[in-house]
Amino acid sequence: MAQRLELRAVTKRYPGTIANDAVSLRVAPGEIHAVLGENGAGKSTLMKIVYGALQADSGDILWHGEKLMIASPTVARRLGIGMVYQHFSLFETVSVVENIAVAIEGAFDLPALAARIAELGKRYGLPVDPYRLLHHLSVGERQRVEILRCLLQDPKLLILDEPTSVLTPQAARSLFEVLRTLAAEGCSILYISHKLDEIRELCDSATVLRAGRVVGSAIPKQVTSAELARLMVGAAPPAVHRDTCAPELEPRLEIVGLSTQSNDPRGIALQDVSLEVHGGEIVGIAGVSGNGQSELLSWLSGELTGAAARVRLGSEDVGDLRVAERRARGLAFAPEERLGRGAVPHMTLADNALLTGHGQGLVRRGLISRGKVGGFAQKIIDQFGVKCVGITAQARSLSGGNLQKFIVGREMSLSPRVLIVSQPTWGVDIAASAFLRQSLIDLSRHGAAILVISEELDELFEICDRIAVIFRGRLSEATPCAATNVEEIGLLMAGIGPAFEIAA
Amino acid sequence: MIRIQLEPRAEPVRFMRLGAPILALVLTVIVSAPFLLALGLNPISTLRIFFIEPLSSPNGISEWLLKASPLILIALGLTVGFRASVWNIGAEGMYTIGAICAAWLALHFGSAGHVWLLPAMMLFGALGGMAWAAIPAFLKTKANTNEILVSLMLNYVAALILSYLVNGPMQDPDGQNYPQTASFDPTAMFSPLFDGMRLNGSIFITIAAVAATWLFLERSFIGYKLTVSGAAPTAAGYAGFRQSRLIWLSLMVSGASAGLAGMMEAAGPLGQLTPVISPGYGFAAIIVAFVGRLSPIGVVFGGLLLSLLYLGGEAVQMSLNVPASLARSFQGMLLFFLLAADVLILHRVRIVRR
Repeated sequence: MAQRLELRAVTKRYPGTIANDAVSLRVAPGEIHAVLGENGAGKSTLMKIVYGALQADSGDILWHGEKLMIASPTVARRLGIGMVYQHFSLFETVSVVENIAVAIEGAFDLPALAARIAELGKRYGLPVDPYRLLHHLSVGERQRVEILRCLLQDPKLLILDEPTSVLTPQAARSLFEVLRTLAAEGCSILYISHKLDEIRELCDSATVLRAGRVVGSAIPKQVTSAELARLMVGAAPPAVHRDTCAPELEPRLEIVGLSTQSNDPRGIALQDVSLEVHGGEIVGIAGVSGNGQSELLSWLSGELTGAAARVRLGSEDVGDLRVAERRARGLAFAPEERLGRGAVPHMTLADNALLTGHGQGLVRRGLISRGKVGGFAQKIIDQFGVKCVGITAQARSLSGGNLQKFIVGREMSLSPRVLIVSQPTWGVDIAASAFLRQSLIDLSRHGAAILVISEELDELFEICDRIAVIFRGRLSEATPCAATNVEEIGLLMAGIGPAFEIAA
Repeated sequence: MIRIQLEPRAEPVRFMRLGAPILALVLTVIVSAPFLLALGLNPISTLRIFFIEPLSSPNGISEWLLKASPLILIALGLTVGFRASVWNIGAEGMYTIGAICAAWLALHFGSAGHVWLLPAMMLFGALGGMAWAAIPAFLKTKANTNEILVSLMLNYVAALILSYLVNGPMQDPDGQNYPQTASFDPTAMFSPLFDGMRLNGSIFITIAAVAATWLFLERSFIGYKLTVSGAAPTAAGYAGFRQSRLIWLSLMVSGASAGLAGMMEAAGPLGQLTPVISPGYGFAAIIVAFVGRLSPIGVVFGGLLLSLLYLGGEAVQMSLNVPASLARSFQGMLLFFLLAADVLILHRVRIVRR
């Protein structure tokens, strides 16, 4: 049988790195093919080449056995290649049907298009009201819009880039049903992910990338997750070890009935959020992104301030105190956005260590002690195994995972009483993730109160002592991890559960 | 098909950091050659008169430093603001108000001949510039106005205030109705360093300011905060550096330096106020700050270069009878090429054949 897509020795170079090094793979009609690899392994670059958003430096692309050049996404779409990006490219202020109409070729006939959207949605189990405005849709619904937009063009090959990172476990399962239906009708699917369980559940074959090269291929259903992980990382991932926790009696961080108004019309208002975090424990907040996490974080860090009594550190009301004053009271924070918020891209690691480390005796009489700053930065690099050329490396030159190690390392080096971390291992490779998780656990067992906000449920269950769920600005009660499970938390993430009944 | 592509470099190159200003200067010279030929001039000898002649006598050197001094001083203040992405275009107005405040003191207390008069004038000059800078600072921090527009427009307000004062309240009563103030008493002026030359002691203020700005920007924690808030405002907010304070600080520093420069000019070569007291120092200093790559040491070289362009422009006007706009087109071209050459620091040019 002729292959639908074949890549032969596709190579793409960037200054300083080779993103794809002679990558070859084949996808048959109706095959669900996983492209597996850690962040930075070259998966996204490869998919952009297939979709025409990037051009390979060398190598061939064969489509139905025919060699051709895919010069742009428009060309790709005409061939029948559709792509659902991880970060959606939709307009917030117009309706579903209008969003789709601008993206596809053909006459601008909204009613006809709306009818087709409804029909396709029905056929594939992707129900969306074509006339709803986009900003009313949840993230999962937006993904449906993206998929429908591709389906309307009758694709022969659909590329999905980490599609489940924005979904609850239940929503992910229904997405898999859709993909299986499509495959059964003959559409090929390229499925990019680093989540091994998903790939074993869904995919017929897998190509594993590491550092831009193909390091192996497998039939996912015939191998274990551990075997896949070993292929992907090159070594068995270290296990995380967690002692039982013995939290202090008095909370170190308290949120007391925090309700907020959002300045951003599309932001989320927090509604009566309450939470306690004690020294010695890690509390996790699960939730699909965009449910109020970033708002909550800004209110906790002090980037937004309000009534004093709503946030407490130890026995003190701090809701009206700004960032610097809260930090002076032992609060540390590692944000989700690393470049531009957690670190200044064009500054060196030494200068970035100073960003929040200036209270560690690095500044005397208003003047910076260069030697001490360098020492502090070097200590972070050594302790947390940050791979870089040294303290003079610019923050932007580090890979996402290494920069995250540096930022989390910096915040931990402040010996915080309370540490807040958002998406601690987002985009971080497996070995570094395990290391960061272990570091968080160790810090908490030495007495710090730690709050972790993450979209990865597995991660939260691995490190947290208690877990709460945020949904549309409301926070469920934190439950001991031992007393709940992924299913239950997944339902809460979808807003189903007693905690959110008042909201509905 | 051949395409020219710009690719971002992994690291900025040190070599280009130095090379870009030199490249810009060379391109300015090359591009201006046809203009000179069109004017019927020999480019080589014109460029010699432009760049070499002015520096060939002790008096020439004195004039060179005299003009470079206010440019450097103003540019130092602007550099502080530009590092923080506070785009103050109003140095010309701050300079003017500084000169007016200092002149008021000189005219009222000049005859008393006190030793504190000159230091007090320096203080007034700086305060005048700061007061003028407080307007955009206040409006930006309270009403989120754009400091570029506000500070730019205030330049014209300041110029008109000066024009009103020298035609009215501050006009010299014995001046045969010329629009100018009385000449300052010698005690209200910097004395020349060398006989027969105009270079005066105020140059030491600029030298001290270079050292102070270097310490402030490169070694002080506040300077670091400013740089962070300019480079990554979100990171500054995350670290707890208060944006509004840094905006105030930037504008106060640039206001003080521009006001002081205005005072130095009034109490130096001018010795009185006239309707025009600046050959565009406040604007040229913006070029100086960028030519100097927003570094205090670089600003010194930038100031010397721009000062030479002023002198060279005058020299060719006098000896070759060419229009005054020649010097200005030189300035403009230089800035243009400098900004263009900047791209090469962060990018490399690649020619792609496909």
